[in-house]
Amino acid sequence: MGYEGVPGVVETREAFGETTLVVDPARLLEAAAHLRDEAGFNVLADIAAADYLGWGELGVAGYIGTASGRDLNAPGSQGYARRPEPKPKRFSLSYHLLRLADEPLRVRLQVWLDEGESVPSVVSLWPTADWHEREAFDLMGISFDGHPNLTRILMEDDWEGHPLRKDYPIGGEPVRFSGEE
Amino acid sequence: MAMVARGAPIYTGSRIPSPIPTVLTPNPDEVPLEDVLTVNFGPNHPSTHGVLRLIVDLNGEQVVGISAVIGYLHTGFEKTMEQKTWWKGVTYPARVDYVSFQYNELVFVLAIEKLLAMEVPRKATWMRMALCELVRIHSHLVYLGTSALELGAISMFWYTFRERDLVLDLFEMVTGVRMHTRYFQAGGLAEDIPMGFYAQARDFCTRMPKAVDEYEAILDDNKIWLERTRGVGLLSADDAIALGQSGPVLRASGVDWDLRKREPYLAYDQVDFEVPVYYGGDVYDRYRVRMDEMRESTRIISQCVDRLLELQGEPWTSDDRKVVLPPREELHTSMESLIHHFKIVTEGYRVPEGEVYVAVESPRGESGVYVVSDGGPKPWRVKFRAPSFVALEATASCMKDVAIADLVAVIGSLDAVMGDTDR
Repeated sequence: MGYEGVPGVVETREAFGETTLVVDPARLLEAAAHLRDEAGFNVLADIAAADYLGWGELGVAGYIGTASGRDLNAPGSQGYARRPEPKPKRFSLSYHLLRLADEPLRVRLQVWLDEGESVPSVVSLWPTADWHEREAFDLMGISFDGHPNLTRILMEDDWEGHPLRKDYPIGGEPVRFSGEE
Repeated sequence: MAMVARGAPIYTGSRIPSPIPTVLTPNPDEVPLEDVLTVNFGPNHPSTHGVLRLIVDLNGEQVVGISAVIGYLHTGFEKTMEQKTWWKGVTYPARVDYVSFQYNELVFVLAIEKLLAMEVPRKATWMRMALCELVRIHSHLVYLGTSALELGAISMFWYTFRERDLVLDLFEMVTGVRMHTRYFQAGGLAEDIPMGFYAQARDFCTRMPKAVDEYEAILDDNKIWLERTRGVGLLSADDAIALGQSGPVLRASGVDWDLRKREPYLAYDQVDFEVPVYYGGDVYDRYRVRMDEMRESTRIISQCVDRLLELQGEPWTSDDRKVVLPPREELHTSMESLIHHFKIVTEGYRVPEGEVYVAVESPRGESGVYVVSDGGPKPWRVKFRAPSFVALEATASCMKDVAIADLVAVIGSLDAVMGDTDR
């Protein structure tokens, strides 16, 4: 199925048998309304936020590797076999849409945001987005314009920080090796 | 809509509260606000199925406002899994939805296999189906036992837990543990199927339909059960779709939607089973869907056992040594196997860069996972699409004309597991 008529599409990707439509965040609501009303995507299955801080660089909250590959001077490091594709902005929001009909179809609607940028809420289109957007706000710190009740949902109301961001400390005790100063 | 084939509309219009779709507030035109009593319900209450907290506005016995508060069981599984290799990460998903433990494990493993473009031996596929259907029965038994217990049918709890133990015995025989098995892994299964499994699974398949008949004999002729469940907690098909509902809640509202039929994964296109659909959209129909599903699951299990008997002696896991651990006995004789074992356990295998979303039909509905890989040995991002999280969003819409005593029945019928909700 073609997605030519979807407003605000920046890029269309096909990978692993899945279609991703990257849209301009300012026109997200238009694109979402078009997909719901014209293309029949009546179910919003999920909203998944991801933080790409440090993507393809030295591990931030991931493992330690070098950008170009395995570091021969640090044999224990786990380098990339290949440098990953750079991402346009820090955060991605993926709306997993489902056409619940006799010919089911799935599409991923994706927007990219930087720290401090916000995205229009889709609660008016799919009421189920209420909690999904609150979760993205709570754990990733993404704000949604027009959300009727944008408060924390999984963490406590007075929690500081957004735990699923890559720069959020994971805690734990550092391991000390014998002979270490 | 073509999928809602028959049945009168459950109610006209929408009952999704506005402006906040998940919070019902008392309507001052209908209820004098000075009569409204706000009561806190949970999080430590046995009928909330874990640690769900509800803030309920009451007018006498009638629920006029409700708001669900979640997050008391948030343990940061998704963050933890980013710190572990793909190989180690398989241990975690089973703990997310701890009642249908095999499904998150399955969906995570399927996502890894999709990124790796990995072929899985057919014996593993059929065994995965058999175990997943066993877990579906396990999950529905826990639902049935606890929900009936809450409405006063205490005996149900003992009967359902009798059969639940048989399911867990099968898991113990196959995997060595009764729950949270880590039996699925990228490439296939962790171990071969033990010889005794086939006979014991067959015994279970002959016993289970009779057990379901017994449950129905207890409940379906019970006037109290019928009056407490029929016409209570209504949710129309349109509202259910708008609220993203899936699984038994959606099928009880008259929507013929099951991912096993509509988007077949594993080998569900090769087994014979029916998808039960009911049109009442109430607590009773959600119960009916789950009862029928237990019978259908039994049918699927016995077809899987037939097929697995034909596949005896075939490999149970992929022979891709860059991903799958070498057989234990080779470690004593083969240097290469020892190296591979060491590398997979310490460093992990690398998964190609990309993002995928995989969904399966769990006992609670669409259980999905969105994973992002940067090409390294650890996932960059893991996000579970938790069916319980979505089911609880429907709490406010189901509360029309519900009394405080029915509240428990409605919450029970949505069958949310708080581990899954809060992750």
